[in-house]
Amino acid sequence: MGFVDHLPTRRELLVGSGALFAWSQMPRLARAEGRDPRLLVIVLRGALDGLGAVAPVGDPDWISLRGDRALVLDGKTPALPLDSFFALNPAMPNLHRLYKTGKASIVHAAATPYRERSHFDGQDVLESGLAKPGMTGSGWLNRALVALEAGGRVDPRGSRALGIGSVTPLVVRGSAPVMTWVPQKLLPASADTQSRLLDLYQHTDPKLATVLQARMKLASLDGAMASGDPMSDDPTLAPPGIARVRAYFAEAAGTAARYLAKPDGPRVGAMGFVGWDTHIAEGAASGQLYNLLGALDGAFAAIESNMGEVWHETVIAVVTEFGRTARINGTQGTDHGTGAVAFLIGGALAGGRVIADWPGLKPAQLFEDRDLMPTTDLRAVLKGLLRDHLRVEEKVLAEAVFPGSADVKPMESLVG
Amino acid sequence: MVGTDPRGALIAELDRPLVLTAAASLPSSAKAYRTVADANARRTARAKQAQQQAKKQQVAATPVMSEDQMQAQGAEKDAAEMAAKQAAEAVPDPGRPIYLQEAKLRTEAALVADIGFAERLVWFWSNHFCVSANRIQSMSGAYEREAVRAHALGRLVDLLLAVEGHPAMLVYLDNLESMGANSTAGINRSRGLNENFAREIMELHTLGVRTGYTQDDVISFANVLTGWTLVPPGADPQHGGEFIFKPRLHEPGGQTVLGKRYEQEDAEQGRAVLRDLAAHPATATHIATKLARHFVADEPPPALVAQMAKTFRETEGDLKQVAIAMVSSDEAWRAPPSKLKRPGEWVIGMVRATGITVVDPVPYTAGQQLLGEALWRPSAPKGYPDDEASWIDGVGRRLDVANYFAERIADTADPQTIIEDVFASEIAAEVKQAVGRAESRQQALALLFMSADFQRR
Repeated sequence: MGFVDHLPTRRELLVGSGALFAWSQMPRLARAEGRDPRLLVIVLRGALDGLGAVAPVGDPDWISLRGDRALVLDGKTPALPLDSFFALNPAMPNLHRLYKTGKASIVHAAATPYRERSHFDGQDVLESGLAKPGMTGSGWLNRALVALEAGGRVDPRGSRALGIGSVTPLVVRGSAPVMTWVPQKLLPASADTQSRLLDLYQHTDPKLATVLQARMKLASLDGAMASGDPMSDDPTLAPPGIARVRAYFAEAAGTAARYLAKPDGPRVGAMGFVGWDTHIAEGAASGQLYNLLGALDGAFAAIESNMGEVWHETVIAVVTEFGRTARINGTQGTDHGTGAVAFLIGGALAGGRVIADWPGLKPAQLFEDRDLMPTTDLRAVLKGLLRDHLRVEEKVLAEAVFPGSADVKPMESLVG
Repeated sequence: MVGTDPRGALIAELDRPLVLTAAASLPSSAKAYRTVADANARRTARAKQAQQQAKKQQVAATPVMSEDQMQAQGAEKDAAEMAAKQAAEAVPDPGRPIYLQEAKLRTEAALVADIGFAERLVWFWSNHFCVSANRIQSMSGAYEREAVRAHALGRLVDLLLAVEGHPAMLVYLDNLESMGANSTAGINRSRGLNENFAREIMELHTLGVRTGYTQDDVISFANVLTGWTLVPPGADPQHGGEFIFKPRLHEPGGQTVLGKRYEQEDAEQGRAVLRDLAAHPATATHIATKLARHFVADEPPPALVAQMAKTFRETEGDLKQVAIAMVSSDEAWRAPPSKLKRPGEWVIGMVRATGITVVDPVPYTAGQQLLGEALWRPSAPKGYPDDEASWIDGVGRRLDVANYFAERIADTADPQTIIEDVFASEIAAEVKQAVGRAESRQQALALLFMSADFQRR
């Protein structure tokens, strides 16, 4: 019974979080074949622009679609080549390195079954695992845990689910107990929230607009000057620049990894990062999106480093509720779209591939003549991971985890 | 609750008692003060003991001192001081838990109030007659309950007598050691007057600055107030920390304040001056202006101030009637909502909107501090300012707090419901639109809390 010594104690978590903390008895998770797999799901809330993150530089229509906002291999900040067709946003050298060493895959033109454009409903479908929004209060990751326990292929040492953030992501909510950890740092309001608020003030209260504008200016200076250790910043006083966002992402992701790495800690976890709704001044090559992707890349590094020896048993799935318009809108941003990108990273992956049934970018090839056409069901990707990494049975996946998805076959050979 | 008659609802709320029933379990200010004084005494004793022991050990270890050891003596002294410090810190300060408990009750009273007008009057008077928890943490909450809350809807003269005679105020405005030059103690100890208390009463609490009182008036009034002090906490386990008039400190003889002679021999002399200050016309104008500035506008309509001052004079300073005059005036309702809420009001508004009625005082007071309005800790006796220029640059900081709070409640609070319940849908179309288009519930809530409709009133 030596394992008890390794449990993160209630006190340890309270000291680390000082916040909401919930767990009851431990659920059990299958560890077939002597493996001890970990799965972390990161939800990018607000809809990541997949084309701004992973650009189809080999597509003949790419430049004409995005004009001087298109990421290119010979731009001022050159995109990082992935294969002969796709290139990665230059803000993500870590992901690029992982990809090159076979520890990362990218799924492009993927989407959930949701075809409307509401963030809330889109996230509900993404996380609940159901085909329609508003159907259930539990998430697919939690139901996968429950199924593993009921299936009897359990490790007697047990384990549990981890939610990061003061609100547990829906994807990990459900009847299996969830422990939650809340980052210490005060995440500043995202650049997107700030620009929306500025817009609101400009229409309703010029004085407040002036004040907010001054602050945003200060914050951008902070971003430019942030050469020191962002972790040492006083999060309560520093202006809300990208340095604070970076610090928050790294702390949240790094802590999740530390818990998942513990011998008897949780085995699945979920967290959300906000701020991806880039309607105005998206800045894929340098700016808002570039900065956010850089912060996400930093979070990947924190996970890899904190996973330590169990990195080879780890998979991280980074998903978003839908994509964005293929074309740039009237305010140098992108609007809500459909086909999106997903990042899969981790030592357990058989990676080094961009997985895409590329639909093309000609007007007729776009979904409703505006969005990247989804050609891969995101559920297939997630089912593939759950089946081959956690060993959830395919039948259970089709019925309980992603109900009604029997005709969406789990994607093969994602993990090594 | 407010319904179709907002003025009537506000006035009706003033008829309800302002008691904090939950505070029955909290110590009185004197008891809180004694508790802290006891802890401080224990701390001093432990420190001395530890210091002595450390020295003894050093002496025992070095019976004959070489030159090197002589040089090392400095370091040994430091070690003794370190031991003393550690021993002192081992005795916890009971002042902070008392402060936090008081903060919790006060905040929750504002959260559960039907409308909150009466609670806001308490806040107003508490800030007008402020003390600072930085000086007197243990008493700051009890001071508000005992002196301010008890009289916030009564007459100014009673409020004034209560606050100026309260030990917390006497500590805060340095009156404990103030003594007349010709008093017994003054002669024996060659010490004298501290003018601070008298000056602030005239300048800040009653007449207002530059209203005709002179330096001589300040000195005379300070003489009048000598002897207003408190029972030493260690001296009397029953009454330590309570108000006491000490004739030994009091300047003998009559005094002239604002042209009037006061011949009383004891604390009645000071009470008589306070009564006259409360009834002074300058006080009526000062109070009316400050109330209107806090509740209505940075530059309140002169007609409104005049009406409130008139009510004040005609009712002998009945503060409830003055408040009623304020909300009954059309002037108060005419202007568009342009008043920027102070951080404390804004946070309460935000939490009230969610229906939360129980708070953890540790993060709550930390948040108030972050926003620049730490509870019961103004930087000067003038209290926190009431004008937009003082607060508007902190709006960016509010965004961090709103964003954080929105994240924590995104699960349970619905922005649309708040728009309907709090604003009865009377909110700028742009706000509704921004809330409707937000990328997440958290963002929707943050935008709503940060909107001008939420920041201003």
